[in-house]
Amino acid sequence: MRLLTHNMLSSNIKGVANGFPLLIEVEKVIEKQVDFNPDFLKNIFPKIEWQALVQASRSMGYSELPEESPESSMLDSDDFLMKFHHVLLELHLEEGALVCPETGRKFPVNKGIPNMLLHEDEV
Amino acid sequence: MSLRTAQIRLVSSHPEVYEPCDDSFALVDALLADRINLVEHHPVLCMEVGCGSGYVITSLALMLGQEVPGVQYIATDINPYAVEVTRKTLEAHNVHADLINTDIASGLEKRLAGLVDVMVVNPPYVPTPEDEVGREGIASAWAGGENGRAVIDKILPSADKLLSKRGWLYLVTLTANDPSQICLQMMEKGYAARIVVQRSTEEENLHIIKFWRDFDIQMDAKDIVPNKAAPVGVMDTLLSQVHRLSFRRSASSNNN
Ligand SMILES: C[S@@+](CC[C@H](N)C(=O)[O-])C[C@H]1O[C@@H](n2cnc3c(N)ncnc32)[C@H](O)[C@@H]1O
Repeated sequence: MRLLTHNMLSSNIKGVANGFPLLIEVEKVIEKQVDFNPDFLKNIFPKIEWQALVQASRSMGYSELPEESPESSMLDSDDFLMKFHHVLLELHLEEGALVCPETGRKFPVNKGIPNMLLHEDEV
Repeated sequence: MSLRTAQIRLVSSHPEVYEPCDDSFALVDALLADRINLVEHHPVLCMEVGCGSGYVITSLALMLGQEVPGVQYIATDINPYAVEVTRKTLEAHNVHADLINTDIASGLEKRLAGLVDVMVVNPPYVPTPEDEVGREGIASAWAGGENGRAVIDKILPSADKLLSKRGWLYLVTLTANDPSQICLQMMEKGYAARIVVQRSTEEENLHIIKFWRDFDIQMDAKDIVPNKAAPVGVMDTLLSQVHRLSFRRSASSNNN
């Protein structure tokens, strides 16, 4: 799972008011190169919850994103776009877990795939 | 020419996972038939619900390929073996989708709302007793409950949430699912519909329907639905109106 998807995923347990962002417990992170596409990044930028992305990237061991939500003028900076690209599309949580920020329930991630299936009493 | 669909010999399998079948091929054929439109549409995010072997999402990624750079793909399945098989199928074709083992789009509906430009779904559509729906393993691949609509009727509202303003949905249905009624229901939510592929096999009569948002149609749908609890005879005339309407729409509206 990449951080793009992490940014779109919330805890789905019944009764949880704010299940976003899921905390990340890392066992293994891998990197896979993806073609750089500035148009995609500009399109998706307004949809991204910046703080969640920064926090997630730090859990994955990457600390070069600016803490503050960047002005959209930053999208003209190739240096910024490359970092954004790397964090969003190239870092994969391969093994670990996603943790519901409200209940602490862990959703395991194996071979890059989060298991968001709920137990009967959570639906 | 580069590959445009997944290669069967590279599609992974598992005894508990649905293998590509007539319905999977019909859906991919529908996407191929609409490929030029899809390329022009230039989707940013594509999603499959119920990816099974991964044959469909892999084919979609291959057919958009280099012509539409920077598209991202997400696929879900309720069956843990299916997402695992999909992962292998994607890898064997050197394409990527983020996979989530979840019920329809559970966990994604808040943040992914309004972001999906293309959604493809080959749902479990076979009419079965209601209690066969959602069982573990391979049965969840086809068991659709009464009229085969149990899962479809949950996917449609979810698709409506997730699709972007310019979002398109491609859905596999069976005659027993009452596709006209599905179209009518979607029309009330503001979607126009067109049958992209219709195919009769020995066992089933499949329709691959494409839905897209059309803001005029919602008003029309209101006009022709005077009363939700309409008697059967009235329903028939409504449905023929729906057919005419969607025909008129697809004849007049750009390239959908
Ligand atoms: C007819 S198979 C289609 C598989 C594949 N997309 C294809 O076309 O070959 C339906 C798939 O939907 C999955 N499914 C059934 N119910 C689901 C649900 N509630 N949420 C997500 N996936 C589901 C099944 O596990 C199965 O893989």
